[in-house]
Amino acid sequence: MAETHSDIPSVVERTRPVQVDGAVVDVCFVDESAAFALGEEALVLARKGDERRIAVHGGAILSSAGEGDRIVTGGDDGKVIATDASGASTVIATDAKHRWIDRVALGPAGAVAWSAGKTAFVRTGKGVEHALDVPSTVGALAFLPKGFRLAIAHYGGATLWFPSAQAEPERLEWKGSHLAASVSPDGRFLVTGMQEPALHGWRLVDRKDMRMQGYTARVRSLDWSADGKWLATSGSTQLILWPFQSKDGPMGKTPQLLAPTEHHVEMVACHPKQAVVAAGYADGLILLVRIDDGAEVLARKPADAPVTALAWSRDGRLLAFGTEDGSAGVIDLG
Amino acid sequence: MSDKIPVTVLTGYLGAGKTTLLNRILSEPHGQKFAVIVNEFGEIGIDNDLIVGADEEVFEMNNGCICCTVRGDLVRIIDGLMRRKGKFDAIIVETTGLADPAPVAQTFFMDENVGRRTKLDAVVTVADARWLKDRLKDAPEAKNQIAFADVILINKADLVAPEELADVEARIRGINPYAKLHTTERCQIPLPEVLGRNAFDLDRILEIEPQFLEAEHHEHGHDHGHDHDHHHDHDHDHHHHDHGHHGGGLKHYHDEEMQSLSLSHEKPLDPDKFFPWVQDLVQKEGPSILRCKGILAFKDDDKRFVLQGVHMILDGDHQREWKKDEKRLSRMVFIGRQLPEEKIRQGFESCVA
Repeated sequence: MAETHSDIPSVVERTRPVQVDGAVVDVCFVDESAAFALGEEALVLARKGDERRIAVHGGAILSSAGEGDRIVTGGDDGKVIATDASGASTVIATDAKHRWIDRVALGPAGAVAWSAGKTAFVRTGKGVEHALDVPSTVGALAFLPKGFRLAIAHYGGATLWFPSAQAEPERLEWKGSHLAASVSPDGRFLVTGMQEPALHGWRLVDRKDMRMQGYTARVRSLDWSADGKWLATSGSTQLILWPFQSKDGPMGKTPQLLAPTEHHVEMVACHPKQAVVAAGYADGLILLVRIDDGAEVLARKPADAPVTALAWSRDGRLLAFGTEDGSAGVIDLG
Repeated sequence: MSDKIPVTVLTGYLGAGKTTLLNRILSEPHGQKFAVIVNEFGEIGIDNDLIVGADEEVFEMNNGCICCTVRGDLVRIIDGLMRRKGKFDAIIVETTGLADPAPVAQTFFMDENVGRRTKLDAVVTVADARWLKDRLKDAPEAKNQIAFADVILINKADLVAPEELADVEARIRGINPYAKLHTTERCQIPLPEVLGRNAFDLDRILEIEPQFLEAEHHEHGHDHGHDHDHHHDHDHDHHHHDHGHHGGGLKHYHDEEMQSLSLSHEKPLDPDKFFPWVQDLVQKEGPSILRCKGILAFKDDDKRFVLQGVHMILDGDHQREWKKDEKRLSRMVFIGRQLPEEKIRQGFESCVA
């Protein structure tokens, strides 16, 4: 076990620190800028030679999602706000009862989904709004890659909803509380992170259940490899990769266990082009791990606080990270 | 970890005075800032910057145990609140009058994210001096709230006669002899009696003796400028005195459904017998055991072992060395519903080394 990680290749010296002043809860790339969402109020937009702090919410930022040219955030001020790379913000929606906006997700053609309590909302790119009540508080939202369809995780399972259609939403049942959700890039599988240290999955074509267990902590971070063959997850002191190559997904197969340390993996982010996963640990360590052979590259030395945000730029050249104690940076891999 | 945010849970049957206590906590000049999680959001005026409405969603854990429940909404709300860490010093969770405190408490032990950043301080139950007796008969929720409490306020004490108050007190003691009991008018109580109790802190499980003799009356001396009937107060105080010295005025009630069970043994216990026994016990009887606490002396072990539990969740650790002049007595208490007393006693006996 490479405890000090001093004996592996390093890209640490390619880090450009970003001054954020506050706990980082998420990061994504908006055009060329890394957009750091802080626990309270603000975003920090950072690109070489230009760092800007933009106050967007009147309280905590509870959720965020990024795509190409904007980051959308939900706050405890009941607002859903989109911010572009120039720092210009637009209010997409304000909850009528000023409830917390717990989750946001971005969909095709400019669609935005968000949730407040038990209600999931969708606003299409054309500005048409739909709402659906699910049986309990929404745990997670994820758009399916094809069609205009939203997966809503909640207690007791998940609901698949075509917001623009009259059809009755489809209910996928599995006992327990589902708090994270991700759909495979080919749209065949929905995977949820449970309250317990476990994942649940459904093969959507026949609603077959998949249980993925063996974790030692709740799985908060899920990401699919660029080729869609692997699902990388947090929740263990190793980077866990479930194989999704076959039509049965990971059923009856064991996952790959890479990059073991003494601390839990907190965040994962798959490289957009190569078979490489960035893994952020509870002690602040960040490793780049090659899926094929488990080779590791040190991206950040261990510090104190857990890594809470990790994201690759679209070209895979930059890796942005943030931590619970307010450290942040962008690593330029050239 | 001292930097964990303390969480106080306020329970009490409808109309007992929870909101009065909450407003009192928020308005006293203590310099502390609170985040408040309430249920009937917006119905009653509560003056606080950080106030969140909850949904009281009780979720079963997916582990086959029916008593392993958590408050799903609390998991979400505390995660959100902790993003504003530094804006408040403590969290108060007000439950609805019909709520079972167990899922709230269990959330702090079963959810790693919540447990890492916050700690349960105490369950404080407000009871209505006049109506509690009736509620104990017809409302299982009210009984749960009394059985589960670390601190109980017998509120509206000024509205009942001293004998009636003593009777309510005795009924509460019949269910839960271990809670700290106070009689109050309009929830007037010094805040240190309800906040910062560390009731779930293993290091504070120093004494688990029944608190029969410690009923406290707060009308006297904590009047906050209200012009009260001092004659009345004195009555109370003398009454209280009686308890302390003779225990004469206090009736003993046995609640048919909810009891406490106290065990002790002077011989050291064998940890290899004790842990399998207690784990098996809470696995099987978890739904009926509301709370348990223990201070244990193990053979060849110079340190006290302290233990506490909520339903089937147990939390235990070595605490400190037994003092030289201290009797190495192992003690456990259980509060629960229809506890199989003989079975538990025999089990405990069989753990002797």
